Amino acid sequence: MTRPETASVKGRQAQAERLRAVWDNPSGWRYWTSVNNFQIGLWYGSAAFAFMLFAGVLALLMRMQLALPENNFLSADLFNQAFTLHGTVMMFLFAVPIFEAIAIFLLPPMLGARELPFPRLSAFGFWSFLIGGVFVCGSIFFNAAPSSGWFMYPPLATDKDFSGIGADIWLLGLSFIEIASIAAAIEIIVGVMKCRAPGMRINMMPLFAWYLLIVAGMILFAFPPLIAGDLLFEMQRMFDWPFFDAQRGGDPLLWQHLFWIFGHPEVYIIFLPAIALMAMIVPTFAQRPIVGYSWIVLAAVGTGFLSFGLWVHHMFTTGLPQISLAFFSAASEAVAIPTGVQIFVFIATMLAGKVILSVPMLFGTGGIAIFVIGGLTGVMVALAPFDWQAHDTYFIVAHLHYVLIGGMLFPVIAGIYYYYPLVDARKLSDHLGRLAFWQMFIGFNVAFFPMHLAGLRGMPRRVFTYPADIGWHWLNLISTVGAFIFAAGVLVVVIDVLRPKHHAPRGETNPWNAGTLEWISEPEENWGVRSIPIITSRYPLWDQKNLASEINEGRFYLPDAQEGYRETLVTSVLDAEPLQCLRVGGTSYVTIVSAASLGAVFIALTFHWWITALICGVVTCAAIIYWLWTGTAEIPEKPRKDVGLGLILPLYVSGPSSVGWWAMFITMVGDGTAFASLVFGYFFYWTIHDDFTAGLAGPGSFWPMVALALFLAAWLALLTARTLNDRGQPFAMRLSLMAALFLTAGGSAAGFMGPWSHAMAPTAHIYPAIVWILVIWMLAHAAVGLMMQVYCLARSLTGRLTDEYDMDLRNVVLYWHFLSITAVVTFAVIGLFPLAI
Amino acid sequence: MRFVPKQIESLWTLFTAPVVWAVHFLASYLSAAVFCAKQEQLAFGFDMLRLAIATFTSVALAMIVLSAWLAWRQWGFGAHDPPHDDPTGHDRRLFQGFATLLLSGLSFVAVIYVAMPLLFVTECWR
Repeated sequence: MTRPETASVKGRQAQAERLRAVWDNPSGWRYWTSVNNFQIGLWYGSAAFAFMLFAGVLALLMRMQLALPENNFLSADLFNQAFTLHGTVMMFLFAVPIFEAIAIFLLPPMLGARELPFPRLSAFGFWSFLIGGVFVCGSIFFNAAPSSGWFMYPPLATDKDFSGIGADIWLLGLSFIEIASIAAAIEIIVGVMKCRAPGMRINMMPLFAWYLLIVAGMILFAFPPLIAGDLLFEMQRMFDWPFFDAQRGGDPLLWQHLFWIFGHPEVYIIFLPAIALMAMIVPTFAQRPIVGYSWIVLAAVGTGFLSFGLWVHHMFTTGLPQISLAFFSAASEAVAIPTGVQIFVFIATMLAGKVILSVPMLFGTGGIAIFVIGGLTGVMVALAPFDWQAHDTYFIVAHLHYVLIGGMLFPVIAGIYYYYPLVDARKLSDHLGRLAFWQMFIGFNVAFFPMHLAGLRGMPRRVFTYPADIGWHWLNLISTVGAFIFAAGVLVVVIDVLRPKHHAPRGETNPWNAGTLEWISEPEENWGVRSIPIITSRYPLWDQKNLASEINEGRFYLPDAQEGYRETLVTSVLDAEPLQCLRVGGTSYVTIVSAASLGAVFIALTFHWWITALICGVVTCAAIIYWLWTGTAEIPEKPRKDVGLGLILPLYVSGPSSVGWWAMFITMVGDGTAFASLVFGYFFYWTIHDDFTAGLAGPGSFWPMVALALFLAAWLALLTARTLNDRGQPFAMRLSLMAALFLTAGGSAAGFMGPWSHAMAPTAHIYPAIVWILVIWMLAHAAVGLMMQVYCLARSLTGRLTDEYDMDLRNVVLYWHFLSITAVVTFAVIGLFPLAI
Repeated sequence: MRFVPKQIESLWTLFTAPVVWAVHFLASYLSAAVFCAKQEQLAFGFDMLRLAIATFTSVALAMIVLSAWLAWRQWGFGAHDPPHDDPTGHDRRLFQGFATLLLSGLSFVAVIYVAMPLLFVTECWR
């Protein structure tokens, strides 16, 4: 297919220069204000990898301690800190973020987009992650790291004498990082759904994008329960609210539920993107399209759903009714089906093609072999009776490392070797890669296989030492030797990545002869793609002749940046038809300021510096409002723009066809999940007690019903404001907005009066505590809703919100749809449910 | 009102059967958990719980079968073979139909898995 000449050679050069200037990074220290997906992805990935190395060193220290019986290399307390931080860092600071990093780095070129829709949000997420990560990791140097295990079970972790400040660092540091993960999820979902190159219908989408879409959806439902749990946990630690204190009606088991509702999907949130990398690598080295594309989609979606039905298999020994255990055991067995499908698809693709056993394939296939062993022991421990024997032993340690290292670390290293040419235009060393693989593969098995046996011989996890005469010592010694061989392999990878390569000649652009679009991206350029192509194949570089050269000559969409804005295309969900020319945010300090001030809020809270926390909170709010005011919903200088090839697209879109609306929708789904977790907590307490009110006064029905009525009225006033705005009546619209504002304030006051007027003391018992927490959640959301109303009013008064340009108002109305649901549930539960029992 | 829904253009249909699985799973787990926690205050026994979950299961399986039939229709009743990778709206719909059909199959099996404990467990043992 040849494109018509759109400009002369000289004209095209001028276009390229304008485009380059718009996407260029600032120099000097201002380089760090970049928001480009290429830099953010690289920084994100490098930081995550550095955290991994740090946690790996902690693991080696632990192996040194365990190498010999009755060893005193580490003290018991330092050992506790080391294993807690090892698990925490590997899960929260490496396994999940590395995929956010890879997604941010790879998705735009893979989808044929210039950028993801919210580059500043990605940058904000990165800085949040970095600050939170350094805070959590740094604690061990002050002997203040969390030490209660990476899942922080109460009552140990709620006991201030036993757990110290480390638990607060864990809770607040990680809550902050979870926000970064949700930010990445929003970016990925909207990016994959709305920013694909024209023609890239959903049946042509790269499998990596399918997986990431599912994973981002899972983050949205998995992380919020943990955020809700963190909130309850911190309320107990800071203010002595008894959520997990059995003496005052609480229950430590609620934490286990909330943690594992997050924790088990987390395993698949980690595993699916790794498999996604394999789904890109295997076809390239089999030199043929993947066999069973639809089956992979089945597997990704199926695993995504089923993984939420597994959480109780971490709680088989907590004394839940056997019928409950059986449901989760059944679902745990069922998830093996889609997982197996993926493995068979890869095997079939390799059998159907002619496999080139390159370094990425070595790591990929080696990883899958390890993962399959972990999967098989997983099927074993999914059976409750077996789990009762193996629970909390080294058998579990072996199982989880087989799953995570085989299912995640090896594919990531495969991905590094595969995608490194996109970072530096050169391949990593084949020789060093093979050396690293064999060291890691052999070292891994030597280290972790004996742990199955140590576990079956009764060695519990997390012990800092053991006696000499119970038959664990030589198994542990072998494990330690294996761990160091494994670490030597990782070191070789690090050396290979870091060694200077500028003396080596620049490699070809697509050195593996891959078929997917990301391989046209050139590391020297910041624009993602020179022009946004029309895609007609799943493997466009194999099937669309001359595609790369035509893209690079700027013969497709948006080859220019005449107005000096960073622009990309928004397309439709199913068929990727062009809908809008989207202007995305450019280089800015505001992301760093927002992340740093929000980070300071969390850090100040850890040390109970209330005033500092308050000041930083105000700074955060101001920074975010400045960010929104100056960088979003800007009215363009003209309504439409010629994007090339004779296509004219709008520059401003609002409502459900805009990316901002979808971002709000996705955020609120996550937010709703956190709220649902708190409501789950309310009913959980109801089930465990005969009378969960313990005879204490409730909030009554009167004030909750008044609050509900006022919030619903506020919502209706807002809907009216939107209608009036559509009709071009700005004055009436502002009046309606002000009415909504007063109704919101009134509703908040009435909501507060319920528990307040009945003198409910949250530290006395679980019932007042859970009622208060629901009310506080509602009021905090009402406060945000109120700020949004004021914001819309201000935008309208300054002419930035009109009947034609109404994105802000539509997004706020969407927020209020969710807020009204929250109000109905909150006030019905606290006001009416006690009457029904 | 039509008994069989019209063909609609949406990505959401892909998730129908897994959502049915999720709702069935939650309904089964929550009703069993609440029953076992509150059984002393309830006027009915474990057999009623089994009957209730069996009813959920039948409804869920029926919904999944309907979703599978709709997917089969979207897939052109199997008249076309995968990989469905042509750059046309037709192939995109075939792909959606096929993937939805596969997911319906998985969800059907998964619902049966989750319901199976009811055959073996007859009271709230702990």
